[in-house]
Amino acid sequence: MRRRVPLTITFIFGIFMTLQFFVPHRVSQVIYQEILKWFIIIFTFSLIFGSLVLMRLHSIRIRRRTSGWGYSLVTLTSLIGMIVIGFKTGIKEGSLFMNLFNHVQVPLEATMFSILAFFMASAAYRAFRARTVDATLLLGAAIVMMIGRVPLGTFLWSGFPDLTEWILEVPSMAAKRGIMIGVGLGVISTALKIILGIERSYIGGGE
Amino acid sequence: MKNPIFKFLTTDRRAIFLLVGLAVVIPLLAPLGLPVDITKPARDFYESIEALEPTRGPLLLSMDYDPGTVPELNPMSIALLRHCFDKNIRVVVMTLLPGGPGLAEQVTTQISQEFNNTYGEDYVYLGYKVGTAAVMLSMGEDIHGTFPLDYYGTPVGELPMMQEIKTLADIPLIVTISGTAIIESWIAYAGARYHKTIAAGATAVMVPQFYPYLQTDQLVGLLGGLKGAAEYEELVHHPDFATVGMDVQSIVHFLIVLLVIFGNIGYFIQRRSKSKV
Repeated sequence: MRRRVPLTITFIFGIFMTLQFFVPHRVSQVIYQEILKWFIIIFTFSLIFGSLVLMRLHSIRIRRRTSGWGYSLVTLTSLIGMIVIGFKTGIKEGSLFMNLFNHVQVPLEATMFSILAFFMASAAYRAFRARTVDATLLLGAAIVMMIGRVPLGTFLWSGFPDLTEWILEVPSMAAKRGIMIGVGLGVISTALKIILGIERSYIGGGE
Repeated sequence: MKNPIFKFLTTDRRAIFLLVGLAVVIPLLAPLGLPVDITKPARDFYESIEALEPTRGPLLLSMDYDPGTVPELNPMSIALLRHCFDKNIRVVVMTLLPGGPGLAEQVTTQISQEFNNTYGEDYVYLGYKVGTAAVMLSMGEDIHGTFPLDYYGTPVGELPMMQEIKTLADIPLIVTISGTAIIESWIAYAGARYHKTIAAGATAVMVPQFYPYLQTDQLVGLLGGLKGAAEYEELVHHPDFATVGMDVQSIVHFLIVLLVIFGNIGYFIQRRSKSKV
């Protein structure tokens, strides 16, 4: 019974939403709009649920003093701190919440993203080798893209932009499209398996 | 004594970090001022905004990014808002990422102040709503129902600009700026389901992913990374952060290419000397 209820709900809504797309009748539209509202409500609760799970996970780590529990303490303090500050001071520009966001979170996240350039340069120097034909092709394409997408490349040779556009529009797009078609077919088959109750891992098991 | 090639190959990576650091700092202090060439996807993006008429519906700008991708994506939003406000095109701003509301508000407020625009008449900020695909689909049916209140808590129905904007059908162009797959969601839900015209700005690393959508016209324009932002700044004749950043990117890219070439030369010399032994 515990499995049959969610499977039945999934089946009914899966079939309805598929058929609804092709039925522009008013009743179908009204039900569709109501489902969309529920959709957003469920998403909102999933966000709250996710936060609670995160808090629980890190509380356990702190209590058990597992390796890296200090990071859990920082995570938990930051999470709860920002929630309390947000409710207390509001989230408008100039509030403590926004100041913390602008002067702590924004520079921290931007720095994390920016230091990738340093690691990438070091990793490319050490590991990007023309060991095989495939690797050589990749290396060649990467060099053309890196030079061709910056003004200095165009300054050196005016043909670089056209060459980079060709790489993006022909070989890269061909590979990308193949992947996308494969992913699309995979999504359809997985969706069908979920609607028909063949794929049940989302309710916690394969039985 | 160590082979000099082996020594070169195993250079302390801090030396590389230092080189990259210098390649970033020097062009910032002494800009090269190299011209930025305009690619077709960026020009198409610009043209799609140019084609909008102030009397028709507003542009929907979804700033779907968080602080991690601010350096690449914020310049796009800034240039786009300048372009729109300069042409008296009204803008509805929103975000679908929880880390985005503060950033989107800052950029929108900053640029609207530059143009002395009035909130509620020239632009509206809806804020963040959880549920990506559900929000897009719901906006296709009823924007006021999806966002009953704007970011500041004002009922959306009370904002003068929103009186005539009920669904996505009242919006001629959607622009999403993101470093995530949210762009594909806009294409799949607002584009395919509600036949909306969509243009996008993406981080450089994600650009190849969206080229197939350009070919099929599911995207009418695309700004790719800092380069795309610099191209757009050039097109709107307002060089700013992205244009300065292109000098830095030029030098860093060349440095990385040189490092890769040196690394490979060393690798082949080492391989040859090993095979001789």
